Amino acid sequence: MITLRINGEKHAIDVAPDMPLLWAIRDIIGLTGTKYGCGIGVCGSCKVLLDNSPVQSCMIPVSSAEGKDILTIEGKSDNLQLLQESWVALNVAQCGFCQPGQLIAASALLDKNENPSDEDINEAMIGNICRCGTYQRIKDAIHRTVELKNQD
Amino acid sequence: MSTIKNISRRSFVRSIGLASGGLILACNTSIFSDKEEIKNLVDFNPNLFVQLNSDGSLILIASRSEMGNGVRTSLTSVIADEMEADWSKVIVKQATGDAKYGDQNTDGSRSIRYLYETMRQMGAMAKAMLITAAAQTWQVPASECTAENHFITHSSGKKIAFGDLVETAKTLEVPADIQLKSPKDFKYIGKHLRSVDAEEYSNGSAVFGLDKRIPTMKFVAIQRCPVTFGTVKSFDKTAALKITGVEDVIEIPRIEKPFGALGGVAVIASNTWAAFKGRDALKIEWNYGDNEVYDSEEYMNQITKNVHKQGKVGKDTGNVNKAFKNANKIVESTFQLPHLSHAPMEVPNAVAWVQGDSCEVWAPTQAPQSARKEVIDYLKTTEEKVTINVTLLGGGFGRKSKPDYVVEAVMVSKEINAPVQVVWSREDDIKHGYYHTVSSQYLKASLDKNGNVTGWLHRFALPSIVSTFSPGVDYAAGFEISSAANIPFDIKNIKVEVGQAPAHVRIGWLRSVINIPHGFSENVFADELAFAAGKDPLEFRLNLIGNDRIEDTPDEIKYDTARLKNVLKIAAKNAEWGKELPEGHAYGLAVHYSFYTYVASVVEVSVFNNKVKVHNVFTAIDCGTVVNKSTVESQMQGSAVFGMSLAFYGKITAKNGAIEQSNYHDYQMIRIQQAPKVHVEIVESSERPTGVGEPGVPVIAPAIVNAIFKVTGKRYYNLPLSDYGLV
Repeated sequence: MITLRINGEKHAIDVAPDMPLLWAIRDIIGLTGTKYGCGIGVCGSCKVLLDNSPVQSCMIPVSSAEGKDILTIEGKSDNLQLLQESWVALNVAQCGFCQPGQLIAASALLDKNENPSDEDINEAMIGNICRCGTYQRIKDAIHRTVELKNQD
Repeated sequence: MSTIKNISRRSFVRSIGLASGGLILACNTSIFSDKEEIKNLVDFNPNLFVQLNSDGSLILIASRSEMGNGVRTSLTSVIADEMEADWSKVIVKQATGDAKYGDQNTDGSRSIRYLYETMRQMGAMAKAMLITAAAQTWQVPASECTAENHFITHSSGKKIAFGDLVETAKTLEVPADIQLKSPKDFKYIGKHLRSVDAEEYSNGSAVFGLDKRIPTMKFVAIQRCPVTFGTVKSFDKTAALKITGVEDVIEIPRIEKPFGALGGVAVIASNTWAAFKGRDALKIEWNYGDNEVYDSEEYMNQITKNVHKQGKVGKDTGNVNKAFKNANKIVESTFQLPHLSHAPMEVPNAVAWVQGDSCEVWAPTQAPQSARKEVIDYLKTTEEKVTINVTLLGGGFGRKSKPDYVVEAVMVSKEINAPVQVVWSREDDIKHGYYHTVSSQYLKASLDKNGNVTGWLHRFALPSIVSTFSPGVDYAAGFEISSAANIPFDIKNIKVEVGQAPAHVRIGWLRSVINIPHGFSENVFADELAFAAGKDPLEFRLNLIGNDRIEDTPDEIKYDTARLKNVLKIAAKNAEWGKELPEGHAYGLAVHYSFYTYVASVVEVSVFNNKVKVHNVFTAIDCGTVVNKSTVESQMQGSAVFGMSLAFYGKITAKNGAIEQSNYHDYQMIRIQQAPKVHVEIVESSERPTGVGEPGVPVIAPAIVNAIFKVTGKRYYNLPLSDYGLV
């Protein structure tokens, strides 16, 4: 048995230790907000926070996620929630499929950097493909979130 | 701008519970005014788009698939506007695949074009009946009552809520005459509306096909033959069955139909990972079949030879040979574009549950009716036994209008007698798609001494989409020719010819389809002619389009050259065409008409150390009446990125019949640091609404190539640009 702590909740699961965290989250635990896009760690759709760091969950065996705090799109953090509000306000998503991964990556950026420049955003978000091409609104939504935070 | 309050799925279920005694309005084919529409809708039955509940909640049906096109919002906002409904009370429900909704194929950028008037009628009809109901309740003439924001008001000032009129309204006859609003009174149409799914998209609760779960469901991965239409000779499942979680391995045959399953060996498992691992452990011997000969590099050489000799004539106006003979200058160029893969972020997948001769499917499909037909045919059952539930689509781009993956799920579910989810890996998606056609094009033109174009020859060879439906077809079809033949250039002598090009993979439509090769070659070549004539590309192009006129095309919606020139002028004005740009930077332009929509883009690129960067894109679009400005803008932004991906990286190749690319590392996409700023201007228009999802794509690649020429003096005729080391 492997115990995962996801969004503050413990899940004991009986899976092979080399199963990627992505599939444990989606198929075993049933949290489907984390998406499969490539399976080789190049698209960012499966991003989650592992002890506050963004990782591609398709590349992390469940065994190495044990004992760590996992945050998925269904979870809560201050920055994630503010970003989600901006995503809705600016109507960022087109098909929406990659957006959980985009939001997780953006929240990790704001957790570390309170005033990211465009360059910082590019660097933090380079691993997340959006085939619909919503990049412009993603940047706008990150900037909006920062502006709203700075007003408070 | 109105705000939209989204209603969670939980409250949706609650309001369904309250819905007894709901008012359901029906409509029928007579509402359709579009002749083209009726032709496609022979089996159109009375259908349902509006359900008003006694609590005031309003369920509106979206009959087209949501894949980022914003259609669940746009179609229903049109109904709500005509109905004078309160948008915050609207709950959007997705239609299942059913002929009663009319054509549901979400492709060809035509959802709004086809359904705009119909959706207006649906809303107006509901409003008229509510007004009648209120008038009866109050015993006053209907002419003294008006509808506004979910209430009917009498001239005396008294008001009654929509929900309170349900009991009376449901007893009324559907009115024969329906009055539509004046466009000046639109409340939602033409404004910026947020997606009705925006909250679900951002909190992870949106349900795509891949997210559908049934408690007893099995997960399935299928190994298909590397060569298109190859078949299984033999296989060894021993190693696969040893993988933890793998439960069974079965062979599924190929279904020889355009949307039939490719066939292969299916691994059934308790989770996706086990299915993938089990699949990797299979040992399979294949009969590769005829397509093993396919080598896309050799093929490109062959079709290029075919465009360098006379082909079949598709159009012949005036006398091109004479024009060439009398030319002051001749320009000729050859263009080569490779196959492309759609690569939507959500891979093809489907859940199917066959029980006896009944079947229920949950799938991200652009074509639920095609899917339904395939399932009915496969199970040899009847329509009412098959339900196709349309989930959200994690991108479609044309891939998900081919429901081969639905058929696969049905085959496996029937075989193992359990609900299954067939999941394509990204590698499956890249290697077994319906590819955008590969093409070679030869263009030749003559200029007179004033730099005017006197003759234009466009000869092209590409495996036709029709080859997927009629195997053996090896020349371009009429619609693929007319896209080249109907260029809006004021040239007296035009000839279009097609060369032979047999298909060795499944050819399918991909966002903007034939407009990718034709839009590219025509725009790059026209730019080349401008420089050959010693003229500014903008001025040259406006002159080439010529005087204002309506082109004589066979289409119902006519091609207006004034609107084409207008978008080009707007894009140029917004870019400040002609202004001095920083060293190493330049503008390039392209303009194209497709899906009855006019789009022009001016792009700003820089080239340093032989690397191209796109900084700005100025796009102008005239798509007639706009339903949702937010969507039109985002589609233009997305089209720029999609067009850049194909310009920079898009290339699918085959060797010994097998596709050589496999995933996003060798079939790359534009990423955030490469994304330009896209400045969109939408032309205000009261013309009939036309396409938005696709027409923004074709202009991007040629505009980039034209801009690179301006900086470097080098013209690139082939894509992708990464082949030249420019990326």
